[in-house]
Amino acid sequence: MNLFAMRLRGILKKEVLQILRDPSSIALALVMPLVLLFLFGYGVNLDAENIPVAVITEDDGGAARDLVGRFELSRQFQVYRVTDIREAESLMQQRNVEAIVRLRNDFSARLTGSTEQQAPVQLIINGIDANRARLIEGYVKRITGTWAAQRQARGEAVSTGPVSIAHRIWFNEGAESRNFLVPGLITLIMTLIGILLTALVIAREWERGTMEAMLVTPLRRFDILLGKILPYYVLGMLGMGLSVAVGVLLFEVPFRGSLTALAVLGSLFMLASLGFGLLVSAAVRVQFVAAQISIVAGFLPAFFLSGLIFDLESTPKVIQIISHAVPARYFVNISHTLFMAGDIWSVLLPNGLVLAGMAIVFLGLAFRKITKRLDG
Amino acid sequence: MRRIGKNHASDEPVILCAEEVSREFDDHGIRVAALNRVSFTVARAGVTGLVGADGAGKTTFIRIAAGLLVPTSGKMSLLGLDSAAGSLEIQSRVGYMPQKFGLYQDLTVRENMNLYADLQGVPMAQRSRRYEQLLTMTDLAAYTKRRAGALSGGMKQKLGLACALIKSPELLLLDEPTVGVDPVSRRELWKIVYKLVEEDGIGVLVSTAYLDEAERCSHVVVLHQGRLLAEGVPEDFSSKMKNRVSLVTAEKSGQLRRIYTRVAGEEGIVDATIRSGRVRVVREQESAGRLKQLLNGAKVKIETAEPGFEDAFMALIPRERDHLKAAGEAGGGSFSRKAEGDDVVVVHTRDLSRRFGDFEAVKKLNFSVKRGEIFGLLGPNGAGKSTTFRMLCGLLPASSGDIQVAGVNLLKSRAKARARLGYMAQQFSLYGQLSVKENLSFFGRVYGLDNKNLKKRIDWAYSEFGLGRLRNKAAVDLPGGYKQRLAMAAALLHEPDILFLDEPTSGVDPFARREFWLRINGFAEQGVTVVVTTHFMEEAEYCDRMLIMSQGETLAVGTPEEIRNLAVSAENQHPTMDDAFIALAEGNVRNASDQADSTGRQDRDSGGEP
Repeated sequence: MNLFAMRLRGILKKEVLQILRDPSSIALALVMPLVLLFLFGYGVNLDAENIPVAVITEDDGGAARDLVGRFELSRQFQVYRVTDIREAESLMQQRNVEAIVRLRNDFSARLTGSTEQQAPVQLIINGIDANRARLIEGYVKRITGTWAAQRQARGEAVSTGPVSIAHRIWFNEGAESRNFLVPGLITLIMTLIGILLTALVIAREWERGTMEAMLVTPLRRFDILLGKILPYYVLGMLGMGLSVAVGVLLFEVPFRGSLTALAVLGSLFMLASLGFGLLVSAAVRVQFVAAQISIVAGFLPAFFLSGLIFDLESTPKVIQIISHAVPARYFVNISHTLFMAGDIWSVLLPNGLVLAGMAIVFLGLAFRKITKRLDG
Repeated sequence: MRRIGKNHASDEPVILCAEEVSREFDDHGIRVAALNRVSFTVARAGVTGLVGADGAGKTTFIRIAAGLLVPTSGKMSLLGLDSAAGSLEIQSRVGYMPQKFGLYQDLTVRENMNLYADLQGVPMAQRSRRYEQLLTMTDLAAYTKRRAGALSGGMKQKLGLACALIKSPELLLLDEPTVGVDPVSRRELWKIVYKLVEEDGIGVLVSTAYLDEAERCSHVVVLHQGRLLAEGVPEDFSSKMKNRVSLVTAEKSGQLRRIYTRVAGEEGIVDATIRSGRVRVVREQESAGRLKQLLNGAKVKIETAEPGFEDAFMALIPRERDHLKAAGEAGGGSFSRKAEGDDVVVVHTRDLSRRFGDFEAVKKLNFSVKRGEIFGLLGPNGAGKSTTFRMLCGLLPASSGDIQVAGVNLLKSRAKARARLGYMAQQFSLYGQLSVKENLSFFGRVYGLDNKNLKKRIDWAYSEFGLGRLRNKAAVDLPGGYKQRLAMAAALLHEPDILFLDEPTSGVDPFARREFWLRINGFAEQGVTVVVTTHFMEEAEYCDRMLIMSQGETLAVGTPEEIRNLAVSAENQHPTMDDAFIALAEGNVRNASDQADSTGRQDRDSGGEP
């Protein structure tokens, strides 16, 4: 057995035994992803259902009753019928309802009348949560829009009518945020393993003095790099596999791309994260500081600047520019594409290339930074 | 630099050679020299001891030899290779054991050995034989499947050594291998080292702060603040001290500490320590005139003693004497001696036990401490000292048993008891960013001192501990010994009746340790009860009574004399505390259980001048 293989075997075996025996690294690599998945899969839902809404109909014509019926039937809304606007306003102030829909007493007449008048639907929304308000507005528009379109289709008279908006969501037909969140989460989980776990275990070796003993062996810098990358690469890919399996099997998220593409592109992302983690750990030798740096410089950007939750298009220009330095951004793109659209190479390829470049840069820097001396 | 005796390098081939090696570190923009033009050689087939106090540069030197650091200037070569350029080659031919042993806690004994064998490239065919040798040598054969984290301190140290020796190195580098390890394990480590030197002819470079270990080396190098002060064979060091060491025996027992405080830190006295029931005094001159003058009127017997390396070391290191003098006068009448007699029991435990899960950290501890006593809790790391201590201070509830502190049942009314005790934790527990003055006023207020009292006590702390001129310095920037003083001052601000000190001397150099014990002596004379833990066996001599623990169990309780007497045998008429511990740990003691009587004998009597 040659010496290089023997050294590598020693260091890998040690690393694997440590991972298997240390409950904290298993927790971070396998339990944490599950917790995150369940939290986001079940707990965080960007969709709104059963929004309490007050509906006032001052008109008891057929058309008005028909429209109110639509609201009552929809799963988005929970309708409270009230008789006058004052009552509705007080419900709104007490936060018992989030929106008021009001149909005036001339609604049916205006709708069917031959006049050039519109039949307005008044909508008042609690705007404290702007995102939710926009969501509610969208739902209301969709309901009234479909209703009007169907009436028209049945040949019933509709004047220029309530605004009709063509409403269609691509790729996420069910408009289920879960389908959008789970693929993004996989990015987050891999970031955690790649950056946080790697930085922590190396800092721990410094703290316990084992690194010092290892350095005074014929170990080469390359051995150290490889010995740290391999086990955590495997661990990270396992974490990814687990998340994909849970996502597809349990949350029924569609997966339309190929597993090969996922494995290849996932590897690139994993290597970029590992490179970053190793860079942190080469610079910091205290677990507490290593954890802080990897959270601030690795985890949080992956959370906020990757398009995982917040749409990057709507952020300020500066943030958009900064986000290009975050590896997670590219993998979120890849993962969304693979899950919901398929192997669209025109999207996957550029993102994959950027990740490959980042992996090379980070690993190269980490290799340069790793030293067999105590003083950097 | 002084060269003592002949240079040994001529007898044996040189395996390590340092030429004018300097190493500087950057400390907040200031260049600090850890090593300053140090030159010496290490021979094959011998043990070279690197001896010095904290901050002497011992660890830095060993790290340069191991290729972990590069010298700022100068040159070091090992096995004919440059320490910086040839480090990879050197690392495959030397064995290195860092201070923390470098073991993986989650890996078993065998797995740790496999790892280092793989890293060092030990051929598979040779392994089983080498493992067997090492396991027999270190007595670890029965524990190969145990995880390193579950081994005792002594076993960890031996496993660390086995890993460093896995490839039969030509040179073995040991960085303070015996810190925090019990005397039995220390003795075994030295046996192993000597066996290696004699059988395999390897060279060993070992750093140590234990001065008694220097005597076991074949060659000693004394470092102080980065400079080489002297080197030579240990006997050459001690022979220079001939006729300068005396042993003072008090005719009446109980006068020992008075004698000790009288001479310690005085002009003309290099060193004074309590050893095996006598005060050992090292003089600057050969004539004993000055000593007799100091002890004038006391009923004592003065004998001449064989000098040791430690005496020479103390004489060698330059230092300020006034610290010691001030420490000896500690208390300064600030603590009004209580009117009641000295027979009042202030700390009492009955069957005190503490379990963590199914691990019994402390098993049925029984002892009591009287007012004005210095009571020592001794034992190696992991013996259960700190756990006992935390229970005594009310920081940790007991699993079973009773504790009375200052007449208050600690299990029932903690707050009441706490107001009467001062606690100094093992770790530096002051606010680093606050100045000396701010720390003191904070702790004073926490203990509820009003403005007038606070000012009085802070002034007392300034003069008592020599902290006045440092009052505006941030605690974190204080030199090591001063940090310890500040911590002690903070614990004493509210004039507690009982002072609890947890490992106050660990990580503190021999000088600061001497100063510390002198000061503690002073407080005890003032009527303060002191309970102190330590893993330095020889420090037990400064206690009135003590309890030796190991693995949660009581090995013995009694006065230092009683404990030492347990180990008296035909071969050893004057055993040291280390000998006693070894005898206790190995069970070679006549009726040790009789000593477990918790009250014991009052050793110190209060009346009369020496």
